[in-house]
Amino acid sequence: MQKILVGVKRVVDYNVRVRVKPDGSEIMTDGVKMSVNPFDEIALEEALRIKEKGAAEEVIAVCIGIDAAQQQLRTALAMGADRAILVKEDGPVEPLTAARIFLKLIEKEQPDLVILGKQAIDDDNSQTGQMLAALWDRPQATFASKVELDGGKATVTREVDAGLEIIEVDLPAVITADLRLNEPRYVKLPDIMKAKRKPLDVTSLEELGVAATQGVEPVAFAQPQARARGVMVDDVAGLVQALKDKGLF
Amino acid sequence: MNRILIIAEHDGKTLNPGIAKCVSCAMQFAGYETDIAVLADDAADICRQAAGLQGVSRVLQVERPENAQALAAVFAPQVVALAAGYSHVLGPSTTFGKDLMPRVAALLGTSQVSDIMSVSGPYEFKRPVYAGDVIQTVKAAQDSKLVATVRIASFPPCQTGGSASVELVAADAVLPTHTRYVELRAQASDRPDLQAASRVVAGGRALGSAENFKLIYDFADKIGAAVGASRAAVDAGYVSNDAQVGQTGRIVAPDVYFAIGISGAIQHVTGIKDAGTIVAINKDPEAPIFEIADIGLVADLFAIIPELQSQLG
Ligand SMILES: Cc1cc2nc3c(=O)[nH]c(=O)nc-3n(C[C@H](O)[C@H](O)[C@H](O)COP(=O)(O)OP(=O)(O)OC[C@H]3O[C@@H](n4cnc5c(N)ncnc54)[C@H](O)[C@@H]3O)c2cc1C
Ligand SMILES: Nc1ncnc2c1ncn2[C@@H]1O[C@H](COP(=O)(O)O)[C@@H](O)[C@H]1O
Repeated sequence: MQKILVGVKRVVDYNVRVRVKPDGSEIMTDGVKMSVNPFDEIALEEALRIKEKGAAEEVIAVCIGIDAAQQQLRTALAMGADRAILVKEDGPVEPLTAARIFLKLIEKEQPDLVILGKQAIDDDNSQTGQMLAALWDRPQATFASKVELDGGKATVTREVDAGLEIIEVDLPAVITADLRLNEPRYVKLPDIMKAKRKPLDVTSLEELGVAATQGVEPVAFAQPQARARGVMVDDVAGLVQALKDKGLF
Repeated sequence: MNRILIIAEHDGKTLNPGIAKCVSCAMQFAGYETDIAVLADDAADICRQAAGLQGVSRVLQVERPENAQALAAVFAPQVVALAAGYSHVLGPSTTFGKDLMPRVAALLGTSQVSDIMSVSGPYEFKRPVYAGDVIQTVKAAQDSKLVATVRIASFPPCQTGGSASVELVAADAVLPTHTRYVELRAQASDRPDLQAASRVVAGGRALGSAENFKLIYDFADKIGAAVGASRAAVDAGYVSNDAQVGQTGRIVAPDVYFAIGISGAIQHVTGIKDAGTIVAINKDPEAPIFEIADIGLVADLFAIIPELQSQLG
C-alpha cells in the first residue's frame, strides 16, 4: 500500500472545562489550550504502526482549520507523519464539508486507506468518516479497536453496543479509530526539531473547489443545568435509608 | 410532507428498546406522521413489535437476505430509497445509528444533527457538545431532508398497545459487496440491557482486577441491575467494552446509578446525567463524582459492598 491519509482536527483540549459567553452566542476559546483531537492521535498512531510494519509508504496528516492549526499538524509530523496538509478555513466546517474536502484530497492523493477519529470531542458529531465513505462509495469500518491488513483487505474489530463486531472490508476504505485501538506514542524533543523540516502544504476550499455548506447551524450555546448537590451519608445504613427514602428500594 | 421515518435497530429477533424512545422524540414534532422501517432478512416478528408502539402509523417491512446483519454500507442505500416520501429520517444514537445515519445523510447530500436531546421545532433542536459541558441549539436547513440521531437517554419510551399497519416494501437499491460481516463477539448475559435498565451498578479503576470486578457483578445481580464501567476499567480489561459509560461509551438513564470507585471525569459523567439518582461510593472525599451525586458515601468499596449487598438484596 502506498499512502494513508489521516485526519487531525484541532480541538479544545479534553482537560479543559469549556465555558459559554454570558450572552450564549459562542464558546469561549480565548487562551484555552488546544490539542490534537484524542481520537486523531490514535488514528495517526495506527497509520504509523502500519507504515513501520512496512505495509505503507507514506502517512499524510490533514487538518481543516485556521492557520494556528499548523501547530497540531507539527505535532502530527513530530509523531511521525511524513507530510501534512492544512486546508485553511476560518469559518465553521461541518462534517459534510469536511467529508467533501477529504474526498477532493483523496482524488489527488489516491490513498489506499483513510483513518479518521471516531468523533471530534468538540462538536461530538461522529459523522465525518461515515460521510466520506458514502461520498467515496467505499467501505467504512467505524469505531475500530483492531485493524488487520491482508493484501487488499482489512479485517476490523469494531466496538459496538452489543460487544465486538468483526467485519471485513475491501481497500481502499475509511476506518474510524476508537479509544482502544492503540496507545499513541509520546513525542520526543528531537522529533519536534525534525518535524520543522517536514513539508506542510497549505491549501484552501477555493483551491480544492469545495463550497462550505452549513446545513446545521448552531444558534445558541448554554451551560447545562447543574445537578443539585446531594447528601453525604456516613455509612451503609445511612445509604440504605437514603435509597429507601427516595422509594428506590 | 410532514413525515418522519425511524430506522429500526434490532438484533434479528427483538426491536431495540431505543426505538420506543425515538418514537417519543418523533411525537414532539407537532403535526407529523411517524413510520418505522425494519430492514432484516426475516422481519415479521420485529415489525409486529414496532407496530405495537403507540403513535406509529405504518411499519415498513424491508426483507432481503443481505439485511441479515446491519452493515451501514448495505443499509444506507436502501434507507435512501425508503426516504423518498419523508421529510425527516431518524435513528437512535447508538453504535448502530451512529454508524448508519451519517452515511445516509451524505448519500442524500444533506447534513446531520447528531444526538437530539430535545425538540424545539421540526428544524430546531438541542444537543450536547464538549462531552455535555455545553448544550448547543441548532437550526437545520429546511430545504433538504433532515437526517438526525436521537440521544435516547433524553426520551422516555413511548407507550405500547398501538396497532400500526405493516406493509411489505421493496427498497430498490444496488447493494455493495465490499463490506462483509464476519462475527459478533458478545458477552452472553441474562443481565438487563445497560441502556434500558432501571438500575445500573458501575465500577471503575479502583476495582483493580477482573477478579475483583466480580464484586460489581454480584451486587448488580443481587439487585437486578445492569453492569457499567468507566473507561479506565474497560481499558484495564476488568470488563468488556460494551459496559463503558460516557462520552464515547454508552449514555444511560436508569432510576438509580451506583458509581463505585469511579472518580467522576467529565467524559464519564456525561453518560449518567440523566440518571434519576446517582449514588457515589469513593474513598476520596474530594473526588469530583461527589459534586454530581445525589447520595455520597466516602468509604473503601471493598469494605462496604458486601454489606450494602446484603442489606439491599
Ligand atoms: C477522548 C476521551 C474520551 C473518554 N471517554 C470516556 C468514557 O466514555 N467513559 C469514561 O468513563 N471515561 C472516558 N474517558 C476517560 C476519563 O477521562 C477518565 O480517565 C476515566 O473515566 C477514569 O476512570 P475511573 O474513574 O475508573 O478511574 P480514576 O480516575 O483513576 O478513579 C478511580 C477512583 O477510585 C477511587 N478509589 C480507589 N480505590 C478505592 C477504594 N478501595 N474504594 C473506593 N474508591 C476507591 C479513587 O479515589 C478514584 O476517585 C475518556 C477520555 C478521553 C481523553
Ligand atoms: N476540521 C477537521 N480537520 C481534520 N480532520 C477532521 C476535521 N473534522 C473532522 N475530522 C476528522 O473526522 C473525525 C470525526 O469528526 P466528527 O465527525 O466531527 O466527529 C475526526 O476525528 C477527524 O479525524
